[in-house]
This record gives sequence, structure tokens and C-alpha cells, in this order.
Amino acid sequence: MKPATRLDQNHELSLREFPYIIRWRDDRCTRCGRCTAVCPVNAIEAAPHVHRRVFSEGGVPNPQAQREVVHVVRQVTDIDRYCTGCGSCTLVCPNEAIEPEYNERNKFLTYKNRGGVPFRRGGRRNDPTPSTVDQLKFTRISMLTDPALDAGRHEFRIRTLLGRNLPAEALPLKRRGDWLLVSQAGGDGFIPPVREIYPIRIGSMSIGALSPHMWEGLAMGVAYLNEVEGMPVVMATGEGGIPPRLLKSRFAKYFILQIASGYFGWDEIVHAIPEMTEDPAAIEIKYGQGAKPGDGGLLMAYKVLKLIAQIRGVPEFVDLASPPTHQTKYSIEEAVAKMIQSMSMAWGFRVPVYPKISGTKTAMAVLNNLARNPYAGALCIDGEDGGTGAAYNVSMDKMGHPIASNIRDCYLDLVAQGKQNELPLIAAGGMGKTGNLAANAAAMIMLGASAVDTGKHIMQAAAWCFGDEYNRCNLCNTGRCPRGITTQDPKLYRRLDPDKVAERVVEVFKSADVELRKIFAPLGRSTELPIGMSDALGVADREIAERLGISHVV
Amino acid sequence: MALNTMKEGHDGSGLGLVLKDLGGEFEKFKGLPIFSGIASSEGMRDLDNYMYAQGFEEVHMWQPNIDESAPEPETGRRDHYFAKVYQYPQLFRDRSQATQEELLLKTRLALRELGEEEESIFAFSFYPDIVTLKEVGDPLDLGHFFNLDDGSLQAKVILAQGRQNTNYDIYLYACHPFFLQGYCTMTNGENTAFVPIMEFLTSRGFPGYMGYNSDSEVFAHILHYTQRQLGYPLTYYKDVITPLSEKEIDSRKDGEALRLIRRSLRPLCIDGPNCVIGFTPDGSVFMVQDAKKLRPGIVGGVPGKYALMSEECGLDEAIPDRDRTSDFSPMKYDMAIISPGAGEMIRWNQLRGRSFPNVPKIIK
Repeated sequence: MKPATRLDQNHELSLREFPYIIRWRDDRCTRCGRCTAVCPVNAIEAAPHVHRRVFSEGGVPNPQAQREVVHVVRQVTDIDRYCTGCGSCTLVCPNEAIEPEYNERNKFLTYKNRGGVPFRRGGRRNDPTPSTVDQLKFTRISMLTDPALDAGRHEFRIRTLLGRNLPAEALPLKRRGDWLLVSQAGGDGFIPPVREIYPIRIGSMSIGALSPHMWEGLAMGVAYLNEVEGMPVVMATGEGGIPPRLLKSRFAKYFILQIASGYFGWDEIVHAIPEMTEDPAAIEIKYGQGAKPGDGGLLMAYKVLKLIAQIRGVPEFVDLASPPTHQTKYSIEEAVAKMIQSMSMAWGFRVPVYPKISGTKTAMAVLNNLARNPYAGALCIDGEDGGTGAAYNVSMDKMGHPIASNIRDCYLDLVAQGKQNELPLIAAGGMGKTGNLAANAAAMIMLGASAVDTGKHIMQAAAWCFGDEYNRCNLCNTGRCPRGITTQDPKLYRRLDPDKVAERVVEVFKSADVELRKIFAPLGRSTELPIGMSDALGVADREIAERLGISHVV
Repeated sequence: MALNTMKEGHDGSGLGLVLKDLGGEFEKFKGLPIFSGIASSEGMRDLDNYMYAQGFEEVHMWQPNIDESAPEPETGRRDHYFAKVYQYPQLFRDRSQATQEELLLKTRLALRELGEEEESIFAFSFYPDIVTLKEVGDPLDLGHFFNLDDGSLQAKVILAQGRQNTNYDIYLYACHPFFLQGYCTMTNGENTAFVPIMEFLTSRGFPGYMGYNSDSEVFAHILHYTQRQLGYPLTYYKDVITPLSEKEIDSRKDGEALRLIRRSLRPLCIDGPNCVIGFTPDGSVFMVQDAKKLRPGIVGGVPGKYALMSEECGLDEAIPDRDRTSDFSPMKYDMAIISPGAGEMIRWNQLRGRSFPNVPKIIK
């Protein structure tokens, strides 16, 4: 017998399988068409419906039926055009007639592998539960015995050091008379370069992954923070180079140049070195990314437009897939050490060079190698809650290491060796996951980090990114970002005003600064950061408390 | 007298005394190490056995002439309060000072460990020309109990604190002042950055950086670390615990050195509220404040006799006949240093360096 599939749609998905279901109200809709035009994935379309209308005319009931064609907005059930829940339709609707609603019982991942291709996306880990860092509270509040400081009136110095600090015993100091120490720097001994920076940095997001307007907005915000607000915030370029004009400008000092396994953009950077007027803030060698451990960077061909191709030194419209690892790095003792040294040498040993790895159980092995490498300037660890422009869903959701215990273990390992001040730890991945950027930063600092990176939080806060932990939007990889953040399509990125982004960056950092003071003041910390001040932390979960060595409070 | 000045400032929790430049019956033992402690009868036996086994030879013992009519300490009268003078073991008599100091430290720590669990031995200090006395209770009562006015204990430099650590369980090892190899401090205030500082010190690999029953003990060890281990001049103690900002550092002629120190010793920055009073082996006595000056502190006196006090009323009680206009309350950038032998008061400022305004004429 012939199968009945064609008749009963048996092999089609129902809307209940989808992560977001469009709620559309016929009575409010004016059929203006804005929603269907704006939808980045064409998940909704105008469709004709035939309605049977019953009506009655005249003084006595006289029901009659009439068939009429009406236009509706319909959600399609094609898995490749699933509604991502971004809500652009709601945003443009003049009548509040349309809205995507999250469907908790969706079976999306069961089906999203057509053609044998697993679900790929951008964004962050889809796990809305609060991270460990978010559960930490600051429970050491100075009271009568040690009066709290005044966050509003006292002087606060919220700064950290990026770069390797020599142990005091190794400093080239000489006593002159009874009262004076003089530095003999410049002699034979090497004094590693150190920068005093703001402890919250903007993590690496490449030009290419980000739209020109977004990147420009971030860069302008960072420059303003430094030059007008006096806050030495630095920003990492991500893998993909930096506009040559910016590199040669006096603003270069606010940027950390990232070199990753694809070395994209470095031909241009290397050639520009002789023309640089300022040293960059640091060089970050990316070995891994917390959001997608084991994967290299990926820029889809349709994002490689002329500008991007020029900056990266590649042809236009080709997929730019960085290898998962640096192909030449066969050992940390030798090849990695050499790379750190070569990068240091490129800028005359005046710029801190440090690796960034994804959070991993093996972080301590890396740490110990770096602790013994006199040229390693820091270690940045990127936890599982970090974000990315493009990755397989499985990498983002199921792989990686939480940042809290990773940083804590590394810090305590350094303490055991007495090197906790020599090699700064930088924590990344999930800072500000629920909007508490300053609180997350402070908690990580108290666990032992010297600084934190924020990436997707600043995207959300500064550019109104739709993404969240419910698989909302996450279109970064497609180049169809409805906010214009991660797209190279001028029609889309013109939606984003770089000035407004810059303004928001400044607002976010200024308010985080106030919040940090509000956290540090009651702890009685103002001159240096409370790095490793774990006695100030508490958590209600006993296992977290035990694991991190902090107090259990209920 | 030091205790009398505390009439208004103590909370009755304890007494701690460290005496240096000893006179009286200790005068003739200059150069020989003195072990100060408290022991039960059993502990005393263990101690004597241990010292004998190590080759130390007891040459003198001081015990307070306890006033039986005075109220006893809160925790009950202990069997032995004492300071014993020893001759070094034969092997160590002609060794360098550093070797001798290492031996003394090792011995004190061993004795501390020996008596810690049972509380049979409290080992406060073991160092030449230093006597330490500590007990729990009202400091004035304890002064009577120990009969401190009987003249058997005389010293030129005295650090006295009329309190135990007030914030935690009363415990003898938590009682100020804290002494390590010639360096001694006591503190008013709580050390908010205690944990990272303690972690930094304990990870220096120096066996004396231990204990930390009080958050204030680290102040003595920072002093020891910066002066003895790193060889910095005394004023750099202030620069380490309350570092200047990058901009302020530029104004100093040793700015380059200071910047390096600030970075390398970043974990030793205190944030107060603290007033630290201390002395160093050469007999300099100093007072510094935290970077916000959150605690009181005043220094005054006449050449040959200076007092560093928390409160002015204490200073009036100690040295009433002085030029009050020369009194000095160190502020956030200041350090008051009394030169060895109480010769003069030096005012040192982190931004301006040394200055000598209103210093009374130095009589030599």
C-alpha cells in the first residue's frame, strides 16, 4: 500500500518541536509586513488563509456563511528556518501583535542535524542556571572593629597589573646610604614589562566576527574611558588583526593584539611595527577559547568582505577556519616558550606577552610551565560560560571547564609556590552572565584572579545583543545578526550606531566601577585589589564552599 | 608606667610587653639569647630537657616577683612565667649572627610545637636582649600581679599593649606585640587584607612566618621581610604597606625602585584601619598609619625619652613635661621614627622625604 505521508504531513515537524513559537494576534495585526521583512531567518511569512465567516444581516436572525481569503503571519515548520526567538518582529511591530515565546519542551536538537551537519551557532552556552561565580556573595562586611570605607568619599585605586612581576628578591635594587634604594634596571637583569590597567578588560572579539560599527564603537568607548575618564581599560583585538591606521595611532596602547592559530592579520601587523608610535598594551597568544574548547576560530566566507580581507591579509569570501591548535606548537617547554619570546622580541621586550587557554583540567600543567618561563606575562583562562561567533552547539553546551574552580586551583597552586604575585591570572568566560559584571569580577578577584575579561556581557550591554541562555538568537555565525553586531552586511550593521555603542561602553564601565567600590568599601579594601581575599566570600552551597575553600553561609 | 597610660584605652583583655635594651639583672648578659615564655611544670621539664639536649646552657633565670595579693589572671595562674638566659651551644658560639639567629628561631619553633597542643609551653621570644611577657586579663591588675614596678625588669625600649586581639578568642599567641628576630610591632586596628598577606608571607619559605593567630602578626613579619630579608631602609616599610599611586611615585627620586617594589610586593599592601608601632634591631622605634589614617596615633617627648601612643592622654601621662607643639600625629603619608637611643624624632613623609620642623634641640 502507498504510504500516506503526503496526506497527513507525517514527516513534518509540528510547531511544538521548535524552541520558539510565534504568538501572533490577528486582531492587532495591521498586515504592515514589517515583521516578515525583518526576520533574519525567514521563520515567519505572510500566508493566505481561507476563513468561513458566519454573519447575519437584517432585524431577524438570518445566519449565512461566507468563505473569504485573509492574510495571516504564519510560522514555518522548516527546521532550517526555525524561529530563534530574537524578537526583531516584536521590536518592529507597531501594534504589539507578534511575539516569540520560548517553548521549554522543544525537541529542537533532536532534529537540527539535517544533511548530517550538527547544529552550529554563535552565542553562549545555553544554560540559564546561575554560574558558580554568580552564587558567591561578599560576606565579610566591616563593622565596628574595622570601620568600612566610604565608597563615595574615600580614595579608591581600582587597578591591576598585567605582566610578570619579579619576586622582590630578584629586583635590581641597591641601597644608597641609610635612606635610599636605587634601581639598577637597565643592567644585565631583565625586568619584565608590566602595565597598570583596569581590572575589567574587554575580551577578545575580532574585527570580522564583529561588524565594523560594533568594533569601532568598542574601540571608541575604550579610548574615551582612558583619555577622558582616566580609566585604563584595555581591549583585546581577537584574532583578525586591527585596522592599520589604528595600529599606527597613539591609541594602539589601549589594545591587546591577539595572535591565534590562523595568524590572521599578523602579516599586516608585523609590517606595521616600524611605523607604530605606541606599544600595544599586551600580546595575547590564543591557544583556546572557553566557549568552544578544542576548536579554532571560524569566520564564515560570507563575512569576509573587502575590509576584513584586507585587514586579515586573505582573499575575499573564503571560509577562514583557524586550526584548533597552533600547528607549530609541539611542546610548551620549547615551542610555546619560543613563541612567547619571539613575540616579546618583536617589541623589544617592552610588551607583556601571555597565553590564553580555555578552562581545562590541565590548566595547572600549563600554569606551572608558565610560572617557570620568565617571559610569560600572565595566564588568561577562559571558562565554559564564554561566548563565540561560531561553533558547534555541542562544543558550546557540553564542553569546557567552569572558571571558578579553575582559577582557584591555579591561584592556590601559585600560592604554594610563592608565585601568586608573579604571574597574574586573568579570568574570562561568563563574567556578567546575569548582568552582575562587577560582582562577578570582584568574586573572581577574591578567588585569585588579577583581572577579568568581559565579552558577551559588553555586547549585550553596549549593543543590545538579543542573545541569552535560552538559545535566543545566536545567529552570530550566519552574518545575519539583527542588531548589526556580528555581521558584515552593511544593511544590517548600519542599524548599529557606533557612537551609541561607545557611549554604552563608557556607561557600563563607569557603573561597574561604582559597584566595585560598593563591594570593596565594606571589605575595607581600597588601595590594591582584594586578590585572593577569599575570606570575604561566602556561598550557600556547601560543596561549592568546600571546593573553593570559602565559607559556607546559610 | 606604660600600663598606667592605658587606663582609658584597654578593654581588660590582656597584657603584652616586649622589652629591648635591657638593664637591671639582664645587663650583664648582653649578646646571650633570652627565652621568654610561660610553662606548666611539665612543660618546664620538657623545655629544660630539650634545651639541654640541644646544648644550650642556662646561665640565668628571671621570674616575676608575683604579688600574691593581686588578683590572678583570668585564665588562672600558670606554673611558670620566666625569661631564661642561655649560653649558645658550643658549636654555635663563634658562628655568624645569621647562623645563631637561625638556631634561635628553630629552637623557639620547636619548643612552641612541643607545648602547643597541651598548652604546656608558650614560647614568645628567644633572642638576645629581648624579654617578652604576655598574659590574659586586665592589664593593670596583671601589672600588679607581676609586680612590674619592683625594678627587676628595666629596658630602654618598651612596646606595651593593653589588649589581647580583641576580635577573636583570647589566646596567648594572639597577643600583641609580635616579635621576630629583632623586629617587633604592635597594631591598633584590624587588618582587612590579612588572608592574602598571610598567604604571601607563608609562601616565602621562611620558617618564622607562621602562627598568625592574630591578623596583626603579619605587620611584624612584613617588617622583618622588608628590612632583614630584603635589606630595605626602614622608611620603605611605609612604602610597602601603603604604596603610593603611580602618579605619586613619579614625584620621588627613587621612583623607579619604588615602582618595582610596589609591583613585586603588591600583596603586602594593607588597607587598614591600622596604626602600627614597632622597633627594629638597631633600636629605631616608629609609628605608621594606614593610607586613610583611620586610627589615632601620636608621638612626642624630649630627646632621650619619647613615647608613641594611641591617644594624647596617654602621652600626657607618660611625658607631661614636653613641648606639646612638637607632638606629631603621623598622617596618611607620614612615618614617625625615633632614632636609636631616643635621640630625635624624625618625621618622614612619603612624598616629601625627611623634615625636621619643630624638632627640639638634640642633646648629646
